[in-house]
Amino acid sequence: MGDGEIPGVTVVEPESPQESAETPVPRPRRMTLNMGPQHPSTHGVLRLLLELDGETIISAQPDIGYLHTGIEKEFEVKNYQQGVTLTDRIDYLAPLSNNLCYCLAAEKLLGLEIPPMAQWQRVMLTELTRLNSHLVWLGTHAIDIGAMSVFLYCFREREDILRIFEMYSGQRMMTSYFRIGGLALEPPRGWQKRVRDFIDVFPSRVDEYEELLTNNRIWTGRTKGVGFISLEDMLDLGITGPMLRAAGLKWDTRKTQPYSSYDKFDFEVPTRTENDVYARYLVRIEEMRQSARIIKQALEGMPEGRWTADAPHVVLPEREKMKTQMEALIYHFKIVTEGFAVPAGEVYQVIESPRGEVGYYMVSDGTAKPYRVHVRGPSFGNLQAIPEMVKGTLIADVIASIGSMDFVLGDSDR
Amino acid sequence: MIAEELKTFPVVASLAEAQPEALVSGKFDRDELTLEIAANQIAGVCAYLKNEQKFARLSTVTGVDWYPEEPRFEIVYHLHSPERNQRLRLKCRLAGGNPEIDSVTGVWRGANWYERETFDLFGIRFRNHPDLRRIMLPEDWEGHPLRKDYPVTGDRV
Repeated sequence: MGDGEIPGVTVVEPESPQESAETPVPRPRRMTLNMGPQHPSTHGVLRLLLELDGETIISAQPDIGYLHTGIEKEFEVKNYQQGVTLTDRIDYLAPLSNNLCYCLAAEKLLGLEIPPMAQWQRVMLTELTRLNSHLVWLGTHAIDIGAMSVFLYCFREREDILRIFEMYSGQRMMTSYFRIGGLALEPPRGWQKRVRDFIDVFPSRVDEYEELLTNNRIWTGRTKGVGFISLEDMLDLGITGPMLRAAGLKWDTRKTQPYSSYDKFDFEVPTRTENDVYARYLVRIEEMRQSARIIKQALEGMPEGRWTADAPHVVLPEREKMKTQMEALIYHFKIVTEGFAVPAGEVYQVIESPRGEVGYYMVSDGTAKPYRVHVRGPSFGNLQAIPEMVKGTLIADVIASIGSMDFVLGDSDR
Repeated sequence: MIAEELKTFPVVASLAEAQPEALVSGKFDRDELTLEIAANQIAGVCAYLKNEQKFARLSTVTGVDWYPEEPRFEIVYHLHSPERNQRLRLKCRLAGGNPEIDSVTGVWRGANWYERETFDLFGIRFRNHPDLRRIMLPEDWEGHPLRKDYPVTGDRV
């Protein structure tokens, strides 16, 4: 390498300005800095091309696609029920949210009625997913800014949530617990105690995080007034979720277009107006408290009943019935070998994931495999706003700003 | 021609009045409103819907390949108006030979990456797009994977 070259850094010498003998003008040095794709603060494999003047960002160019795995193509060769497992892999922090959106889209095409118990379980588990995702966000965001210890607190609670997921589905992360027509399995015995033990202490744990950060002078110094982008620009660029709510727009799909009986739950949609990194932090903290409220309501009011819809051509029969009843055996055989046909049509199902608007556009041509599934991941829309958000700020603020976006690259690249 | 019962939706009625030649057909299915727009009018229709009908957000842009039917491609736009709490789907049909359509980046800047993705995976060109490059796949990739005639298995030749 020699002569002091740093890999990934290109120093561009501008043409020398008019030099006069009396007043030496300091020569501006512009630099193009390659941040990522393996930078620890980019949370995955995001590459940012930063053009710098000293420490000030002149322009930023995000480069994505490192995690593209062709999931949308793969949907087309799997039958509908098999597709559920792909949705887990889109967003590793919110697999159940993606499960839910996919299933709701397919159920809308099929015209299936989901029993209340399954719907409430879905609400409870997706809210646990929201907590899981927000906890990872808070821990890593705090590490980026220099508060190491918050991470340990957040992962302590996250572990409890993953244990609940494991209890339900046998998996900590790639749960695939929601299936078209309801839930994969009957909720496990003793889930109430497990969830209650967690949710009884969780609000006090949120207080602990707040104690560490909310009035912390370093935290407020690094986050207040940083990462501003106007609400108009946000809507124009396709940002969704907590970032919009931190800019004052009270829009949450759980309220505006309720799905899976969210309309039966009592919760608030927190908003702020400061529209900076600190406001986004406060919004997400408040969302955690609201999610805890929803989980508590679900726990206390969980309806009795079946966990799958009454649709023998879609839902696998129980083992016992399959072995004793002719009809159930036939259905079992048909579902396992060829899947089930879905009426032709198209739907666009939208839900509120921890990161914002998740949308599944599903086209059916009447066969047992989807003709086309398009996934609108919130991270993809949010990442587009990076150039607008960091322009003119300092390089240290880039870390805080992109941390406040809370993106998952798998969700953006698919 | 647009069916009369669809005109009970205010947005359809006003669009039919403002840009009658752009509306090809429409349907209301499973609580979702879909309008088919003439491909050469899409930018004007989007500008109208954003500026006059408060569709502030473009949720997503994508394509559907109906190979071997013709016209082969469908470009699908999902619009959203938080103010009206309404969603709307627009569709344009494009023939397979050299599919090209006007970009709507001039209406919503957020269309940029979605159109790049559609270009990358379907090979549909967007006219007047500021930066039409591949976004998911490497620059030197051959073919467009979401086309139906792109093989799912087998070696690359």
